[in-house]
Amino acid sequence: MTKVKLPKFLIASVVFYAIIEALFRLEVLNGYILHIINQSLIFVILAASLNLINGITGQFSLGHMGFAGVGAYVSGTLTTIILKLNPTVTSNMGIFVLCLLAGGVAAAFIGFLIGFPSLRLKGDYLAIVTLGFGEIIRTVFNNIDYVGGPRGLLGIPKFSNFTLIFIAAFLLIVIMRNIIQSSHGRAMLSIRENELAADLVGINTTQYKVMAFTIGAFFAGIAGGLLAHLIQLAHPTQFGFIKSVEVLIMIYAGGVGSMTGSIIAAFGLTFLSEGLRIGIRALADATNLPIGGEWRMVIYSLLLIFIMLFRTEGLMGTKESRIIKIEEAD
Amino acid sequence: MGSIFNAQQIVNGLQVGSIYALIALGYTMVYGIVRLINFAHGDFFMIGAYAAYGSFFIFNSMLAGKHGSIAFLVLIVSMLAGGLIAMLANQLAYKPLRYKPKLSSLITAIGVSMFLEYFFSALPMIGPSYRSFPDIIPKVQISLGSATISNYVVIDIVVAAVLMIGLTFLVRKTALGKAMRAVSQDKDAARLMGIDIEKVIGFTFLIGGSFAGAAGLLAGMTYPRIFPYMGIQPGLKAFIAAVLGGIGNIPGAVLGAYIMGLAETFASAYNSLLGEGIAFAILIIVLLVRPRGLLGEKVADKI
Repeated sequence: MTKVKLPKFLIASVVFYAIIEALFRLEVLNGYILHIINQSLIFVILAASLNLINGITGQFSLGHMGFAGVGAYVSGTLTTIILKLNPTVTSNMGIFVLCLLAGGVAAAFIGFLIGFPSLRLKGDYLAIVTLGFGEIIRTVFNNIDYVGGPRGLLGIPKFSNFTLIFIAAFLLIVIMRNIIQSSHGRAMLSIRENELAADLVGINTTQYKVMAFTIGAFFAGIAGGLLAHLIQLAHPTQFGFIKSVEVLIMIYAGGVGSMTGSIIAAFGLTFLSEGLRIGIRALADATNLPIGGEWRMVIYSLLLIFIMLFRTEGLMGTKESRIIKIEEAD
Repeated sequence: MGSIFNAQQIVNGLQVGSIYALIALGYTMVYGIVRLINFAHGDFFMIGAYAAYGSFFIFNSMLAGKHGSIAFLVLIVSMLAGGLIAMLANQLAYKPLRYKPKLSSLITAIGVSMFLEYFFSALPMIGPSYRSFPDIIPKVQISLGSATISNYVVIDIVVAAVLMIGLTFLVRKTALGKAMRAVSQDKDAARLMGIDIEKVIGFTFLIGGSFAGAAGLLAGMTYPRIFPYMGIQPGLKAFIAAVLGGIGNIPGAVLGAYIMGLAETFASAYNSLLGEGIAFAILIIVLLVRPRGLLGEKVADKI
């Protein structure tokens, strides 16, 4: 007889949600901190979905924010058009969710297309191609006048809120976990460990690589849509190479192949980044020296180098927290 | 259509191609020896440009008016700056990861690249804004038939050609060049033959970085403004040129760079969006159709 176990991750998530929501209602947390928490949750989605491509399947994508950009622009354009046609729509979350999904599907389609060159390319070549695709996507947005060109897409309605972003992040982690611990996930892991051997034991490596890209891109598109509807703006520079590298730092800091690591790093680095922004400004004001915001990125890049030099496997390595893992049935 | 393929465009294309060639050589040499795409290579180009900018004012106050010797000294300084920073990056960031998985060096290279860019723009004396580059040599326009070219075009093409001839001599005729070729063929066998691999790798970074530094000076003169992020686009395009020619192959990098320079000039004359995107279009086509590049050798997977 199997014992009925309470799903730990569900409990942990509900507790997390309840605490944040209660603290916000009691005005312990102000809107600014809630905004950073929202951003962290969006980065959790971005980092965990990139982890599926880079960490679990062992491919190397440098254009993850390009997918987020597709999601942001597609869903942002849709909601802006709908809002123009019917201004009372802002209270209708169902429409927003549909627009988000449309953005995700568009991003997944692009991810599917990019998955194809990955059939022939490995490692660093794949990195360059995905970088190239990311840059092409950015250049395209920069040149389409309908979505604002270099000014960005303005006037996106504010649909995203803590509850919605939280639900999206929760669903993402559950889906990722289930994929990783299914036979599909095992197949992806085997590609990371040794692609040739995986091929020889009959795993359709091509199919799984494309699958990883498509799923990863889908969630990145959702995250992009949530971000655009949170800050009410989609701008080409938000989805450039540097932003992709920020997500990359998260997965390498957290541990390649560990969802727990991605979650911790997404929260840690988003808060660190905000902390540095405030700290540097305060330092510049206090000392009256010309200390610019660039120092934040100097620290970020040094962090990346030091992680690689001294803890290549990241904070968590490939270990997964017991809260997230599905427990094996006895 | 005929108007975009005129002599003027060909000269412009060759000029851009020369600058790409100098950068692409560094990419291809480093890749040939350590199998690393050195993302920071474009930033050595930027450092060369800033070193040229700074040293020009010093030399100009010392040797006012002697344009030839000033230009020569500025070239030496920019090459040294690019080369030494490249060597330093290799020593501090890439060497400790030499025998770790390849992706960790690649990510470190991205880190080094970002560090150099942001560190330069964070330094108060350099800053993130554009600076206009001085005329190191007085600019003269020469008219050749239907095309008008400036002496800078000639300088760019000639300096690149001289450096490339020097490199060919170094690689083909000297002991160091032989050691470089040996290491790129088989690192372990080279070590067994008594070659100090780390020294050869260090030299390769020095030479590659100094070529990028020289390219920084030439680009600064030709497009007279410099900024800390100036290395990103040329770096990417030169890398694509190296892939087009067959990465690891020295003549291939030069061929790829000139093709790239010409293609880009013609494409931007036709349509500016096309000019921006053609490099990546070339990259994707090459990788799909002929991943080893025009002159690259086919490498089989070893089991």
